Amino acid sequence: MDINQFLILSAFLFCVGIYGVLARRNGVLVLMSIELMLNAVSINLIAFSAFGREVAGQVFALFVITIAAAEVGVGLAIVLLIYRNLSSPDLDEVDQLKG
Amino acid sequence: MLEHAWLIPALPAVAFFVILFFGKRLPKKGAEVGIIAMTISFVLSIVAAVDWIDRVNAADTGEHGLGAFFGKGFMAAAEGEHAVVAPVVKSVTWWTSGGVDFGVGTYVDGLTVMMLIVVTLVSLLVYIYSTAYMHDDRRYTWFFASLSLFSASMLTLVVASNTIEMLVGWELVGLCSFMLIGFWWEDRENSRAAIKAFLTTRTGDIGLMIGIIILFFTVGSFGVGATNSYALSPGAQHDLLLAASICLMIGIIGKSGQFPLHTWLPDAMAGPTPVSALIHAATMVVAGVYLGARLYPVFYDGFSIEAGGVNMMALIGGITILIGAVLAFVQRDIKKVLAYSTISQIGYMVMGLGVGAWVAAVFHLFTHAFFKALLFLGAGSVSHGGTHHSFDMREMGGLRKYMPITFWTFLIGSLALAGIFPLAGFWSKDEILVNAGSNGFDTFLIVGLIGAFLTAAYMTRCVYLTFFGEYRGHAQPHESEPAITIPLIVLAGLSIIAGIINAAPLGLEKFTEYVEPTFAFPDLVHAEFDYPKAILSVSIAAVAIGIAAFYWFRHEETGPLKGLTQRNKLAHAGYTFLENKYYLDHLYENVIVDGIRGPVSAAAYWVNQHVIDGVVNGAGRTATRVGSFAYDTIDQRVVDGAVNGMAYETGEAGEELRKVQSGKVQRYALWLFAATGVLALAVFITNVL
Repeated sequence: MDINQFLILSAFLFCVGIYGVLARRNGVLVLMSIELMLNAVSINLIAFSAFGREVAGQVFALFVITIAAAEVGVGLAIVLLIYRNLSSPDLDEVDQLKG
Repeated sequence: MLEHAWLIPALPAVAFFVILFFGKRLPKKGAEVGIIAMTISFVLSIVAAVDWIDRVNAADTGEHGLGAFFGKGFMAAAEGEHAVVAPVVKSVTWWTSGGVDFGVGTYVDGLTVMMLIVVTLVSLLVYIYSTAYMHDDRRYTWFFASLSLFSASMLTLVVASNTIEMLVGWELVGLCSFMLIGFWWEDRENSRAAIKAFLTTRTGDIGLMIGIIILFFTVGSFGVGATNSYALSPGAQHDLLLAASICLMIGIIGKSGQFPLHTWLPDAMAGPTPVSALIHAATMVVAGVYLGARLYPVFYDGFSIEAGGVNMMALIGGITILIGAVLAFVQRDIKKVLAYSTISQIGYMVMGLGVGAWVAAVFHLFTHAFFKALLFLGAGSVSHGGTHHSFDMREMGGLRKYMPITFWTFLIGSLALAGIFPLAGFWSKDEILVNAGSNGFDTFLIVGLIGAFLTAAYMTRCVYLTFFGEYRGHAQPHESEPAITIPLIVLAGLSIIAGIINAAPLGLEKFTEYVEPTFAFPDLVHAEFDYPKAILSVSIAAVAIGIAAFYWFRHEETGPLKGLTQRNKLAHAGYTFLENKYYLDHLYENVIVDGIRGPVSAAAYWVNQHVIDGVVNGAGRTATRVGSFAYDTIDQRVVDGAVNGMAYETGEAGEELRKVQSGKVQRYALWLFAATGVLALAVFITNVL
């Protein structure tokens, strides 16, 4: 097994996530894309941990998962409130802070 | 008391401030403060005199003073004379500048003590007199304040231990005389007289100041004792002392009303009569004589008085005796007669100093103070009680019946002035004349005798016009009140007896004994009393009185001299010449003052119009131009431009930057990722490639 395979997978997932964050208009899908990016990072961490015989990376991955769960909770709550206020989950309409 | 002589001038000075600040609230309007202070000063002066006499006596009988230090040779030389009695000097440093100490202190010796007594006594009597004479004046309190300051200034001058202090007193005396001569300044004439007196004496003061400076650089000290010692030391620089003497002499000429700066003195009669008495008897005019007596060694060496012949001091004095006496004949104002008489008598004193008759000159100062104060106060009494405040002798006459006390005292004063035996003036004037003769100044002896003749004659005229004949005034003449007559009686008593103090034939030579300094003083020769000369001077005076009396008492009838000035062209011309006071006033006022005032004021006007106004206007215009330039260019364009520009640019920048603030979260995220991408690229390029 070569570490490059894991890194390519991770990079692919990360790029999908970025695309999702930048291009999708639905708030829920943006949140999901963020989750993708986080998981891509986690894969990276675990891969280096496994290949480097260093357990710290796996511990870090566990923290990322925990934080991600909390983040989704807060993020979904925000999206829910946006939906309630604007009757739409479309992020393009959330531009009250426009200068 | 000799060591605390500063108290004597300090008391009237304090009185000045007390009267000034509290006088109006006091029951007697401040007069009592002045009188009490002057009384204490007078008593202290007497105490000082007694102390001084003790000191001299102790030195004579005891250890022979400083003589003991100089060994036997000195004692032999000084045999028959007094031991050296050092003056009592107290001095503290006032301030120091450039290593030179300017001290303030007292220098007390016989001369100082004598002057203190004269000044305080005459001042005291004048104060008492003034309480009645000035009773209804609107500035009564201010009058007493000024009088106190006047006396204090004179006393400061008298006790001064150095020339700077003397100058301070001298100038203060001048200032006070200005205030008092112009006391009734509502009349323009009076304020003009005050200005004239001030400016004329100032002219002399410049000489005094230069003299003091020369003396300082010659001697290296301002001290009176040091100056006198230097002048007598063998290494003294005669040329510098001569220059200093001439400059100091100019000061004396100005202050003591000597020819040719005497013109202020008659005009000074514009002041109230007590002031005239004070100026002429005790303060102001005798300041010059006092200066001459105080710094006598300087003059003695500077003018080479020992050598005899003619010197500036004697010459000025001699001229003044004659011109003053002659002018007294043509005056109609009784005070002006007395004023010219003062000029003439001060001339005697200056001449006395000039001919080496120091004791006689100072003695004459002493006696003259009493009878001249008496005459002035008598004249004041005449105008107060007899003519309703007029001094014109044409409005007097016959007053002896109405004012007996004033008449008798005035007569005593006149006889004393004329030098009739045995009154005060006889002794002192005779002493000057005798010494002038014995010191080799024969010319001045003759001048003095002519002066004596003239003095007796003009006083006869004055007494006749005032007290004899018919009353020509328009008031109800009556005798003045006691506050006026008592000082007159006291002064009359002094005028009779004051001369005895130094009457040589009676074996009394108190002035030679106690007043003449023995420390740092030239060895003057004292002439023996000369009976022929004394008889000659008295008979000259008597003849003058006789002739004048004959002329004036008979002039109602067809005397041979009656109407001479109308009939004889020469006499008329002479009379006109005298009436115009030798045209000296014309010279000063019309030629010098106007001559200076005309062109100078024209020049000043031109300078004012063209130069000063030009400068001011130019400055104004430039300022306006600079101002508008600053406003238009700097303020409006640069400053406002910067401020406005900054605001505008900020606005523009904001306008541009607001486009970035789109409010769209994903665009922010795009910036974020783009920036991260750029960073990653940069890290990649720098680290890997």
